[in-house]
Amino acid sequence: MLVSSISVTRSTLLKDIRLEWRSKDAINSMLFFALLVVVIFSFAFDPNAEESRRIAGGLIWVAFLFAAVVALNQTWARELRNQVLDAYRVSPAPPNALFLAKAVGNFLFVTILELLMAPLFVVFYQLRSEGPLWQLVVVALLGTWALVVNGTFFAALSIRTRNREIMLPLILFPISIPALLAMVDTTTIVLTGDGTPDFWLKMLLVYDVVFTLVCLLLFESVLNAE
Amino acid sequence: MKYLSIGFIIFTLALLGFSTYQALFVAPTEQTMGDVQRIFYYHAPTAWVAGVCFFVNFLASIAYLWKRSLNADALAAASAEVGVVFCTIVLITGPIWAKPVWGIWWTWEARLTSTLVLWLIYVSYLILRRFSVGSQTQTLAAALAIFGFVDVPIVYMSIRWFRTQHPQPVIAGGQGSGLDPVMWHAFLWNLLAFTCVGIVFIVTRYRLQKLENEVEAAHAQRAIAGGVQ
Repeated sequence: MLVSSISVTRSTLLKDIRLEWRSKDAINSMLFFALLVVVIFSFAFDPNAEESRRIAGGLIWVAFLFAAVVALNQTWARELRNQVLDAYRVSPAPPNALFLAKAVGNFLFVTILELLMAPLFVVFYQLRSEGPLWQLVVVALLGTWALVVNGTFFAALSIRTRNREIMLPLILFPISIPALLAMVDTTTIVLTGDGTPDFWLKMLLVYDVVFTLVCLLLFESVLNAE
Repeated sequence: MKYLSIGFIIFTLALLGFSTYQALFVAPTEQTMGDVQRIFYYHAPTAWVAGVCFFVNFLASIAYLWKRSLNADALAAASAEVGVVFCTIVLITGPIWAKPVWGIWWTWEARLTSTLVLWLIYVSYLILRRFSVGSQTQTLAAALAIFGFVDVPIVYMSIRWFRTQHPQPVIAGGQGSGLDPVMWHAFLWNLLAFTCVGIVFIVTRYRLQKLENEVEAAHAQRAIAGGVQ
Protein backbone atom coordinates (compact mmCIF):
# COMPACT_ATOMS: atom_id res chain seq x y z
CA MET A 1 0.00 0.00 0.00
CA LEU A 2 2.70 2.43 1.03
CA VAL A 3 4.88 1.46 -1.90
CA SER A 4 2.05 2.00 -4.37
CA SER A 5 1.26 5.35 -2.70
CA ILE A 6 4.82 6.51 -3.13
CA SER A 7 5.00 5.33 -6.72
CA VAL A 8 1.70 7.07 -7.58
CA THR A 9 2.91 10.27 -5.95
CA ARG A 10 6.24 10.06 -7.75
CA SER A 11 4.83 9.36 -11.18
CA THR A 12 2.18 12.10 -10.90
CA LEU A 13 4.75 14.56 -9.63
CA LEU A 14 7.21 13.68 -12.41
CA LYS A 15 4.42 14.02 -14.97
CA ASP A 16 3.52 17.48 -13.67
CA ILE A 17 7.14 18.58 -13.57
CA ARG A 18 7.70 17.33 -17.11
CA LEU A 19 4.56 19.14 -18.34
CA GLU A 20 5.66 22.31 -16.59
CA TRP A 21 9.22 21.98 -17.91
CA ARG A 22 7.94 21.76 -21.47
CA SER A 23 5.18 24.37 -21.31
CA LYS A 24 6.40 26.62 -18.46
CA ASP A 25 2.80 27.82 -18.22
CA ALA A 26 2.56 28.16 -14.44
CA ILE A 27 6.05 29.57 -13.87
CA ASN A 28 5.77 32.15 -16.66
CA SER A 29 2.37 33.45 -15.64
CA MET A 30 3.36 33.54 -11.96
CA LEU A 31 6.62 35.33 -12.73
CA PHE A 32 5.00 37.95 -14.89
CA PHE A 33 2.18 38.44 -12.42
CA ALA A 34 4.56 38.86 -9.47
CA LEU A 35 6.66 41.28 -11.52
CA LEU A 36 3.58 43.37 -12.24
CA VAL A 37 2.69 43.44 -8.55
CA VAL A 38 6.22 44.58 -7.67
CA VAL A 39 6.10 47.41 -10.18
CA ILE A 40 2.57 48.51 -9.30
CA PHE A 41 3.31 48.49 -5.57
CA SER A 42 6.38 50.66 -6.06
CA PHE A 43 4.24 53.19 -7.95
CA ALA A 44 1.46 52.99 -5.39
CA PHE A 45 3.65 53.54 -2.33
CA ASP A 46 6.77 55.19 -3.79
CA PRO A 47 8.84 54.19 -0.74
CA ASN A 48 12.32 55.35 0.26
CA ALA A 49 14.87 52.79 1.49
CA GLU A 50 13.85 53.11 5.15
CA GLU A 51 10.13 52.69 4.44
CA SER A 52 10.85 49.86 2.03
CA ARG A 53 12.40 47.78 4.76
CA ARG A 54 9.29 48.18 6.90
CA ILE A 55 6.74 47.37 4.22
CA ALA A 56 8.73 44.91 2.10
CA GLY A 57 7.59 41.89 4.14
CA GLY A 58 4.01 42.66 3.27
CA LEU A 59 4.73 43.43 -0.39
CA ILE A 60 6.78 40.29 -0.98
CA TRP A 61 4.24 37.91 0.49
CA VAL A 62 1.18 39.55 -1.00
CA ALA A 63 2.88 39.35 -4.40
CA PHE A 64 3.73 35.67 -3.90
CA LEU A 65 0.26 34.90 -2.57
CA PHE A 66 -1.43 36.45 -5.60
CA ALA A 67 1.02 34.79 -7.96
CA ALA A 68 0.58 31.40 -6.29
CA VAL A 69 -3.18 31.61 -6.86
CA VAL A 70 -2.49 31.85 -10.60
CA ALA A 71 -0.61 28.54 -10.54
CA LEU A 72 -2.93 26.84 -8.06
CA ASN A 73 -5.92 27.51 -10.26
CA GLN A 74 -4.29 25.55 -13.06
CA THR A 75 -3.46 22.55 -10.85
CA TRP A 76 -6.62 20.57 -11.39
CA ALA A 77 -7.92 22.22 -14.56
CA ARG A 78 -5.48 20.08 -16.55
CA GLU A 79 -6.93 16.90 -15.05
CA LEU A 80 -10.49 17.80 -16.02
CA ARG A 81 -9.71 17.55 -19.72
CA ASN A 82 -10.33 14.04 -21.06
CA GLN A 83 -11.88 13.10 -17.69
CA VAL A 84 -8.51 12.31 -16.16
CA LEU A 85 -9.83 13.06 -12.69
CA ASP A 86 -12.77 10.68 -13.16
CA ALA A 87 -10.38 7.99 -14.36
CA TYR A 88 -8.37 8.60 -11.24
CA ARG A 89 -11.45 8.21 -9.06
CA VAL A 90 -12.28 4.78 -10.43
CA SER A 91 -8.68 3.59 -10.25
CA PRO A 92 -7.50 1.92 -7.02
CA ALA A 93 -4.75 4.54 -6.56
CA PRO A 94 -4.94 6.22 -3.14
CA PRO A 95 -6.39 9.76 -3.39
CA ASN A 96 -3.90 11.21 -0.91
CA ALA A 97 -1.03 10.12 -3.15
CA LEU A 98 -2.49 12.30 -5.90
CA PHE A 99 -3.02 15.18 -3.47
CA LEU A 100 0.54 15.02 -2.15
CA ALA A 101 1.93 14.94 -5.69
CA LYS A 102 -0.03 18.06 -6.60
CA ALA A 103 0.89 19.86 -3.38
CA VAL A 104 4.59 19.03 -3.69
CA GLY A 105 4.53 20.07 -7.35
CA ASN A 106 2.99 23.43 -6.50
CA PHE A 107 5.46 23.82 -3.65
CA LEU A 108 8.34 23.37 -6.11
CA PHE A 109 6.88 25.82 -8.62
CA VAL A 110 6.16 28.53 -6.05
CA THR A 111 9.60 28.05 -4.46
CA ILE A 112 11.24 28.49 -7.85
CA LEU A 113 9.18 31.63 -8.33
CA GLU A 114 10.39 32.95 -4.98
CA LEU A 115 14.01 32.20 -5.80
CA LEU A 116 13.71 34.04 -9.09
CA MET A 117 11.82 37.01 -7.64
CA ALA A 118 13.89 37.52 -4.47
CA PRO A 119 16.81 39.25 -6.25
CA LEU A 120 14.34 41.57 -7.99
CA PHE A 121 12.82 42.61 -4.68
CA VAL A 122 16.29 43.26 -3.25
CA VAL A 123 17.18 45.46 -6.23
CA PHE A 124 13.90 47.32 -6.62
CA TYR A 125 13.32 48.01 -2.92
CA GLN A 126 17.00 48.31 -1.86
CA LEU A 127 16.65 45.64 0.79
CA ARG A 128 19.31 44.30 3.09
CA SER A 129 18.73 42.17 6.10
CA GLU A 130 19.63 43.31 9.61
CA GLY A 131 18.66 40.01 11.23
CA PRO A 132 19.82 36.43 10.58
CA LEU A 133 19.12 35.38 6.99
CA TRP A 134 18.48 31.69 7.74
CA GLN A 135 15.22 32.70 9.42
CA LEU A 136 14.02 34.05 6.08
CA VAL A 137 14.78 30.73 4.44
CA VAL A 138 12.87 28.83 7.14
CA VAL A 139 9.87 31.13 6.96
CA ALA A 140 9.84 30.92 3.17
CA LEU A 141 9.78 27.12 3.25
CA LEU A 142 7.17 26.84 6.02
CA GLY A 143 5.06 29.68 4.64
CA THR A 144 5.09 28.42 1.08
CA TRP A 145 3.97 25.00 2.22
CA ALA A 146 1.20 26.63 4.30
CA LEU A 147 -0.13 28.48 1.25
CA VAL A 148 0.33 25.62 -1.17
CA VAL A 149 -1.12 22.75 0.85
CA ASN A 150 -4.35 24.63 1.55
CA GLY A 151 -4.29 26.18 -1.90
CA THR A 152 -4.07 22.79 -3.62
CA PHE A 153 -6.95 21.51 -1.52
CA PHE A 154 -9.14 24.56 -2.09
CA ALA A 155 -8.35 24.51 -5.79
CA ALA A 156 -9.87 21.02 -5.84
CA LEU A 157 -12.94 22.49 -4.09
CA SER A 158 -13.29 25.51 -6.31
CA ILE A 159 -12.84 23.62 -9.58
CA ARG A 160 -16.27 22.11 -8.85
CA THR A 161 -18.08 25.41 -8.34
CA ARG A 162 -19.78 27.60 -10.90
CA ASN A 163 -17.24 30.42 -10.78
CA ARG A 164 -14.12 28.24 -10.63
CA GLU A 165 -11.22 30.66 -10.78
CA ILE A 166 -12.75 33.38 -8.66
CA MET A 167 -13.67 30.94 -5.92
CA LEU A 168 -10.12 29.95 -4.95
CA PRO A 169 -8.92 33.28 -3.49
CA LEU A 170 -12.28 33.81 -1.80
CA ILE A 171 -11.91 30.67 0.29
CA LEU A 172 -8.10 30.51 0.49
CA PHE A 173 -7.36 34.04 1.75
CA PRO A 174 -9.48 34.05 4.95
CA ILE A 175 -8.08 30.69 6.10
CA SER A 176 -4.52 31.77 5.24
CA ILE A 177 -4.59 34.99 7.27
CA PRO A 178 -2.66 33.58 10.27
CA ALA A 179 0.01 32.08 8.00
CA LEU A 180 0.30 35.31 6.04
CA LEU A 181 0.58 37.30 9.27
CA ALA A 182 3.43 35.05 10.40
CA MET A 183 5.24 35.30 7.07
CA VAL A 184 4.93 39.08 6.83
CA ASP A 185 5.93 39.72 10.43
CA THR A 186 8.92 37.37 10.35
CA THR A 187 10.18 38.95 7.15
CA THR A 188 9.79 42.43 8.62
CA ILE A 189 11.56 41.33 11.82
CA VAL A 190 14.51 39.92 9.85
CA LEU A 191 14.74 42.91 7.53
CA THR A 192 14.59 45.51 10.29
CA GLY A 193 16.39 43.47 12.95
CA ASP A 194 13.78 44.32 15.64
CA GLY A 195 12.80 41.39 17.88
CA THR A 196 12.83 37.66 17.25
CA PRO A 197 10.40 35.67 15.10
CA ASP A 198 10.54 32.50 17.24
CA PHE A 199 6.82 32.61 18.03
CA TRP A 200 5.89 32.99 14.38
CA LEU A 201 8.11 30.15 13.23
CA LYS A 202 6.58 27.81 15.80
CA MET A 203 3.09 28.98 14.86
CA LEU A 204 3.75 28.39 11.17
CA LEU A 205 5.02 24.91 11.95
CA VAL A 206 1.83 24.16 13.90
CA TYR A 207 -0.27 25.62 11.08
CA ASP A 208 1.54 23.45 8.52
CA VAL A 209 1.18 20.25 10.51
CA VAL A 210 -2.48 20.84 11.40
CA PHE A 211 -3.63 21.77 7.93
CA THR A 212 -1.61 19.08 6.17
CA LEU A 213 -3.39 16.55 8.37
CA VAL A 214 -6.82 18.11 7.74
CA CYS A 215 -6.16 18.10 3.98
CA LEU A 216 -5.13 14.45 4.00
CA LEU A 217 -8.15 13.52 6.10
CA LEU A 218 -10.66 15.27 3.88
CA PHE A 219 -9.23 15.00 0.37
CA GLU A 220 -10.81 11.65 -0.39
CA SER A 221 -14.32 12.97 0.43
CA VAL A 222 -13.79 16.00 -1.77
CA LEU A 223 -12.39 14.02 -4.69
CA ASN A 224 -15.34 11.65 -4.57
CA ALA A 225 -18.00 14.30 -3.93
CA GLU A 226 -20.91 13.72 -6.26
CA MET B 1 -44.73 20.31 16.99
CA LYS B 2 -46.16 23.35 15.28
CA TYR B 3 -47.90 24.63 18.44
CA LEU B 4 -44.76 23.94 20.41
CA SER B 5 -42.71 26.12 18.11
CA ILE B 6 -45.30 28.91 18.07
CA GLY B 7 -45.34 28.73 21.86
CA PHE B 8 -41.57 28.92 21.93
CA ILE B 9 -41.55 31.94 19.62
CA ILE B 10 -44.05 33.77 21.86
CA PHE B 11 -41.97 32.83 24.90
CA THR B 12 -38.83 34.14 23.16
CA LEU B 13 -40.49 37.43 22.26
CA ALA B 14 -41.72 37.91 25.84
CA LEU B 15 -38.27 37.07 27.15
CA LEU B 16 -36.68 39.52 24.72
CA GLY B 17 -39.04 42.26 25.91
CA PHE B 18 -38.27 41.54 29.54
CA SER B 19 -34.51 41.38 28.99
CA THR B 20 -34.58 44.65 27.05
CA TYR B 21 -36.44 46.25 29.95
CA GLN B 22 -33.79 44.86 32.31
CA ALA B 23 -30.96 46.19 30.18
CA LEU B 24 -32.39 49.65 29.57
CA PHE B 25 -34.20 50.47 32.82
CA VAL B 26 -33.24 48.13 35.64
CA ALA B 27 -29.50 47.81 35.23
CA PRO B 28 -27.63 50.74 36.83
CA THR B 29 -25.86 53.29 34.66
CA GLU B 30 -22.14 52.59 34.44
CA GLN B 31 -20.04 55.21 36.27
CA THR B 32 -17.46 56.20 33.67
CA MET B 33 -19.03 55.14 30.38
CA GLY B 34 -22.63 56.15 31.07
CA ASP B 35 -25.58 54.81 29.15
CA VAL B 36 -23.52 53.67 26.17
CA GLN B 37 -22.27 50.77 28.30
CA ARG B 38 -25.76 49.23 27.99
CA ILE B 39 -24.88 48.04 24.50
CA PHE B 40 -22.83 45.41 26.32
CA TYR B 41 -26.11 43.60 27.10
CA TYR B 42 -26.56 43.04 23.36
CA HIS B 43 -22.95 42.84 22.26
CA ALA B 44 -21.80 40.01 24.53
CA PRO B 45 -24.89 37.76 24.19
CA THR B 46 -24.87 38.02 20.38
CA ALA B 47 -21.16 37.15 20.37
CA TRP B 48 -22.00 34.08 22.46
CA VAL B 49 -24.75 33.01 20.07
CA ALA B 50 -22.45 33.49 17.05
CA GLY B 51 -19.82 31.32 18.72
CA VAL B 52 -22.34 28.59 19.50
CA CYS B 53 -23.64 28.71 15.91
CA PHE B 54 -20.16 28.20 14.46
CA PHE B 55 -19.57 25.32 16.84
CA VAL B 56 -22.87 23.72 15.80
CA ASN B 57 -21.85 24.24 12.17
CA PHE B 58 -18.58 22.40 12.85
CA LEU B 59 -20.32 19.45 14.57
CA ALA B 60 -23.02 19.25 11.89
CA SER B 61 -20.37 19.27 9.14
CA ILE B 62 -18.52 16.37 10.76
CA ALA B 63 -21.84 14.56 11.17
CA TYR B 64 -22.59 15.09 7.49
CA LEU B 65 -19.23 13.70 6.34
CA TRP B 66 -19.72 10.75 8.63
CA LYS B 67 -23.37 9.85 8.09
CA ARG B 68 -24.06 11.63 4.78
CA SER B 69 -27.36 12.81 6.23
CA LEU B 70 -28.96 15.74 4.43
CA ASN B 71 -30.46 16.85 7.75
CA ALA B 72 -26.99 17.34 9.20
CA ASP B 73 -26.10 19.46 6.19
CA ALA B 74 -29.29 21.50 6.60
CA LEU B 75 -28.32 22.16 10.21
CA ALA B 76 -24.80 23.17 9.12
CA ALA B 77 -26.18 25.61 6.55
CA ALA B 78 -28.71 27.06 8.99
CA SER B 79 -26.23 27.52 11.82
CA ALA B 80 -23.60 29.12 9.56
CA GLU B 81 -26.10 31.66 8.24
CA VAL B 82 -27.46 32.54 11.66
CA GLY B 83 -23.89 32.68 13.00
CA VAL B 84 -22.87 35.16 10.31
CA VAL B 85 -25.92 37.32 11.12
CA PHE B 86 -25.08 37.41 14.83
CA CYS B 87 -21.39 37.94 14.13
CA THR B 88 -22.38 40.92 11.96
CA ILE B 89 -24.38 42.33 14.88
CA VAL B 90 -21.31 41.93 17.10
CA LEU B 91 -19.15 43.76 14.55
CA ILE B 92 -21.70 46.59 14.32
CA THR B 93 -22.49 47.04 18.03
CA GLY B 94 -18.77 46.98 18.89
CA PRO B 95 -17.83 50.15 16.98
CA ILE B 96 -21.00 51.94 18.18
CA TRP B 97 -19.72 51.39 21.71
CA ALA B 98 -16.07 52.03 20.85
CA LYS B 99 -16.57 55.47 19.29
CA PRO B 100 -17.67 57.28 22.47
CA VAL B 101 -15.57 55.18 24.86
CA TRP B 102 -12.28 54.69 22.99
CA GLY B 103 -12.73 57.67 20.67
CA ILE B 104 -12.33 55.49 17.56
CA TRP B 105 -14.69 53.29 15.60
CA TRP B 106 -12.23 50.53 14.97
CA THR B 107 -8.78 49.39 15.99
CA TRP B 108 -6.80 46.39 14.77
CA GLU B 109 -6.76 44.89 18.22
CA ALA B 110 -6.70 41.16 18.94
CA ARG B 111 -10.31 40.30 19.60
CA LEU B 112 -11.76 42.72 17.05
CA THR B 113 -9.46 41.43 14.36
CA SER B 114 -10.11 37.79 15.29
CA THR B 115 -13.86 38.38 15.12
CA LEU B 116 -13.52 40.03 11.74
CA VAL B 117 -11.43 37.14 10.41
CA LEU B 118 -13.96 34.69 11.84
CA TRP B 119 -16.70 36.58 10.00
CA LEU B 120 -14.66 36.49 6.76
CA ILE B 121 -14.14 32.73 7.05
CA TYR B 122 -17.84 32.00 7.46
CA VAL B 123 -18.87 34.46 4.75
CA SER B 124 -16.52 32.56 2.41
CA TYR B 125 -18.25 29.37 3.53
CA LEU B 126 -21.64 30.84 2.56
CA ILE B 127 -20.23 31.99 -0.79
CA LEU B 128 -18.94 28.48 -1.47
CA ARG B 129 -22.39 27.07 -0.70
CA ARG B 130 -23.99 29.57 -3.01
CA PHE B 131 -21.69 28.90 -5.95
CA SER B 132 -21.29 25.15 -5.84
CA VAL B 133 -23.65 23.11 -7.95
CA GLY B 134 -25.67 20.01 -7.34
CA SER B 135 -25.36 17.50 -4.58
CA GLN B 136 -21.61 17.93 -4.13
CA THR B 137 -22.34 21.22 -2.32
CA GLN B 138 -22.76 19.44 0.99
CA THR B 139 -19.40 17.67 0.89
CA LEU B 140 -17.45 20.71 -0.28
CA ALA B 141 -19.12 22.93 2.31
CA ALA B 142 -18.51 20.41 5.11
CA ALA B 143 -14.82 20.24 4.22
CA LEU B 144 -14.47 24.01 4.25
CA ALA B 145 -16.39 24.24 7.54
CA ILE B 146 -13.83 21.96 9.18
CA PHE B 147 -10.96 24.05 7.81
CA GLY B 148 -12.64 27.19 9.11
CA PHE B 149 -13.23 25.90 12.59
CA VAL B 150 -9.71 24.47 12.92
CA ASP B 151 -8.38 27.87 11.85
CA VAL B 152 -10.19 29.80 14.60
CA PRO B 153 -7.80 29.05 17.52
CA ILE B 154 -4.79 29.63 15.24
CA VAL B 155 -6.23 32.97 14.14
CA TYR B 156 -6.86 33.95 17.73
CA MET B 157 -3.39 32.94 18.91
CA SER B 158 -1.58 34.68 16.09
CA ILE B 159 -3.56 37.89 16.32
CA ARG B 160 -3.25 38.04 20.10
CA TRP B 161 0.45 38.55 19.48
CA PHE B 162 -0.39 42.22 18.98
CA ARG B 163 -1.14 44.40 21.97
CA THR B 164 -4.72 44.18 23.14
CA GLN B 165 -7.03 47.14 23.67
CA HIS B 166 -10.33 45.31 24.19
CA PRO B 167 -11.66 45.61 27.77
CA GLN B 168 -10.43 42.66 29.79
CA PRO B 169 -13.09 39.99 30.27
CA VAL B 170 -15.46 41.37 32.92
CA ILE B 171 -16.68 37.90 33.77
CA ALA B 172 -14.11 35.65 35.42
CA GLY B 173 -11.43 38.17 34.39
CA GLY B 174 -8.49 39.31 36.45
CA GLN B 175 -8.46 41.50 39.56
CA GLY B 176 -10.81 44.48 39.61
CA SER B 177 -13.09 42.88 37.05
CA GLY B 178 -16.66 41.96 37.81
CA LEU B 179 -20.20 43.17 37.32
CA ASP B 180 -22.62 44.76 39.72
CA PRO B 181 -25.17 42.07 40.74
CA VAL B 182 -27.99 43.96 39.02
CA MET B 183 -25.90 44.20 35.85
CA TRP B 184 -25.31 40.48 36.14
CA HIS B 185 -29.07 39.91 36.19
CA ALA B 186 -29.65 42.03 33.12
CA PHE B 187 -26.76 40.35 31.34
CA LEU B 188 -27.98 36.82 32.10
CA TRP B 189 -31.55 37.64 31.05
CA ASN B 190 -30.23 38.95 27.74
CA LEU B 191 -27.97 35.95 27.33
CA LEU B 192 -30.98 33.68 27.73
CA ALA B 193 -33.19 35.78 25.47
CA PHE B 194 -30.66 35.95 22.63
CA THR B 195 -29.89 32.25 22.94
CA CYS B 196 -33.61 31.61 22.43
CA VAL B 197 -33.67 34.00 19.46
CA GLY B 198 -30.74 32.10 17.99
CA ILE B 199 -32.55 28.78 18.48
CA VAL B 200 -35.71 30.14 16.80
CA PHE B 201 -33.68 31.40 13.83
CA ILE B 202 -31.73 28.17 13.42
CA VAL B 203 -34.81 25.96 13.69
CA THR B 204 -36.73 28.10 11.18
CA ARG B 205 -33.84 28.20 8.75
CA TYR B 206 -33.28 24.47 9.21
CA ARG B 207 -36.90 23.73 8.27
CA LEU B 208 -36.63 26.01 5.27
CA GLN B 209 -33.51 24.16 4.11
CA LYS B 210 -35.29 20.83 4.49
CA LEU B 211 -38.20 22.14 2.42
CA GLU B 212 -35.74 23.29 -0.24
CA ASN B 213 -34.18 19.82 -0.25
CA GLU B 214 -37.62 18.24 -0.64
CA VAL B 215 -38.55 20.57 -3.50
CA GLU B 216 -35.29 19.75 -5.23
CA ALA B 217 -35.86 16.02 -4.77
CA ALA B 218 -39.41 16.38 -6.15
CA HIS B 219 -38.10 18.22 -9.20
CA ALA B 220 -35.54 15.49 -9.78
CA GLN B 221 -38.25 12.83 -9.44
CA ARG B 222 -40.46 14.58 -11.92
CA ALA B 223 -37.60 14.96 -14.39
CA ILE B 224 -36.91 11.23 -14.16
CA ALA B 225 -40.60 10.35 -14.53
CA GLY B 226 -40.92 12.73 -17.49
CA GLY B 227 -37.91 11.12 -19.14
CA VAL B 228 -39.50 7.68 -18.88
CA GLN B 229 -42.83 8.64 -20.45
